[in-house]
Amino acid sequence: MLKHKKYSFEGYLYILPWLLGFLLLQFVPLINSFWYSFTDFQLLGDAKFIGLQNYKKMFVSDPTFLKSLSVTFYYVLIAVPCKIAFALVIALILNQRIRGINFFRTLYYIPSILGGSVAISVLWKYLFMNQGIINNLLSVVGIPGQDWLGNPNLALGTISLVTVWQFGSSMLLFLAGLKQIPECLYEAARIDGAGKMKIFWKITLPELSPIVLFNLIMQMINAFQEFTPAFVITQGGPLKSTYLYGLMLYDQGFKFFKMGYSSALSWILFAIILFFTSLTFKSSQSWVHYGDTL
Amino acid sequence: MINKKHPISKILSYVFLIVLAYIMTYPLLWMIGAAFKSNDEIFSTLGLFPKNPVFGAFSEGWKGTGQYGFDRFLTNTFLMVLPTVVFTALSSTLVGYGFARFQFPFKKTLFLIMLSTMMLPATVIIIPRYIFFKKLGWLDSYLPFIIPALLGCFPFFNFMMVQFFRGLPLELDESAKLDGCNSFVILKDILLPLCKSAIFSVIVFQFVWTWNDFMNVLIYISSVAKYPVALGLRMTMDISTEFNWNQIMAMSLVSIFPPILLFFTAQKYFVEGIATTGMKN
Repeated sequence: MLKHKKYSFEGYLYILPWLLGFLLLQFVPLINSFWYSFTDFQLLGDAKFIGLQNYKKMFVSDPTFLKSLSVTFYYVLIAVPCKIAFALVIALILNQRIRGINFFRTLYYIPSILGGSVAISVLWKYLFMNQGIINNLLSVVGIPGQDWLGNPNLALGTISLVTVWQFGSSMLLFLAGLKQIPECLYEAARIDGAGKMKIFWKITLPELSPIVLFNLIMQMINAFQEFTPAFVITQGGPLKSTYLYGLMLYDQGFKFFKMGYSSALSWILFAIILFFTSLTFKSSQSWVHYGDTL
Repeated sequence: MINKKHPISKILSYVFLIVLAYIMTYPLLWMIGAAFKSNDEIFSTLGLFPKNPVFGAFSEGWKGTGQYGFDRFLTNTFLMVLPTVVFTALSSTLVGYGFARFQFPFKKTLFLIMLSTMMLPATVIIIPRYIFFKKLGWLDSYLPFIIPALLGCFPFFNFMMVQFFRGLPLELDESAKLDGCNSFVILKDILLPLCKSAIFSVIVFQFVWTWNDFMNVLIYISSVAKYPVALGLRMTMDISTEFNWNQIMAMSLVSIFPPILLFFTAQKYFVEGIATTGMKN
């Protein structure tokens, strides 16, 4: 990457903004948040050390914690794989020599720009209301309308749709990855008489696997912290069926001002995210294929 | 994939892509139509196009909550977003240049730290940050958005710029150095003109993200006079009766217009930028 130059401190001058930002706005807050999680800090007043009580409280006397945790797991489990699989399939279709690929690519990407905006959440609410347009459309085809946002069994799925709808950014990464696969690999496979499915499983997918990993990690981190759609569309309801972890953190910290408890909750989330990302990384050794270019 | 395809399967692909495009954009098209429908028509008809277009939803909705209108909310959003975007572009360029072109003690460690903060969930540090900004008296101002941008707290963009600078040939720097240019002149006069597409994608990304940001504005901005459009829109939705659907759709449309416009004008750079970051890991 660089020729062997002698060390100089000039570089520090350029990275100084980040260095300051990292220390003041990331590192110190991280330490503080860890400290708060062992206190009863409530915004006003002092933080008093209470040991592991916050952590004990979650598991022993706060039923919303376990509920919210399970809702969040469901959400991540539905939204992330659907989004990535969808992005991959569409990228594969677009990667054929198709006219107007730019047009479709742009069109599919638009939802990703609007993503977490309140406007889209509001729109979703109107689409899936009882008298909303989705039920109207269904009734035309003779399917009875559903209470998409009021039925605890459906609400989380309806919210996940907002996420899957934004598959565009993952799709762009897959498209870029597909363009990098050397044509000679395909030719060799075809000469060997490999079928389409075999080519996909033996060449395309392994070559794309680093991008699958990247998408998986990033989407997972985001999904565990999802907030806007659940907050605006359903406010966590009905019956807390869409009470995602982000909503609970917000409620505890900024509605009830239980800063200590909320910090403890955020560290549990951090631990969960860390666990699943490292699990994904670890498992990736067996399924991610890196070309010999690295 | 160069593949002699049967025309049939190609046609099927097109049909699929077009149907999907319709499904994907349907909510947005419906939104546009709804903004011009009367409230009686919004949920009673299925067509996207209004039968009797009305235009009052925009002027009525624009008034917002009575006290503050959407002109105020939009101005606020720009006051928050523009400095954030400019400072992000600036800091990420400097930091990217620093990491890509200089050798200094602990560089590897620091770079690794920066990469790992990309995966640090924002929710973990949100409370201490809030308290820190509160102590500084920055609550209910846009400083909690602007200062982190100035201090390069968006590792994703720093990383993007590092990758981009790495892709530029080192000979450029070296010949300029022989001519006696210092490192800042090299950045400003030689490398920067080549970074346009990368900086452009930083700008577009950050503009869109800050524009859409909801959780942070919800936490930091408390007075209605300072509400950005995201909070203004939600408040309008909450306080309005069920008869104002078309106004809310009209204002939702207004609120997503600037990011859409920016995306279309900068689309080429934007797509390039994403591809660059994703690939060269």
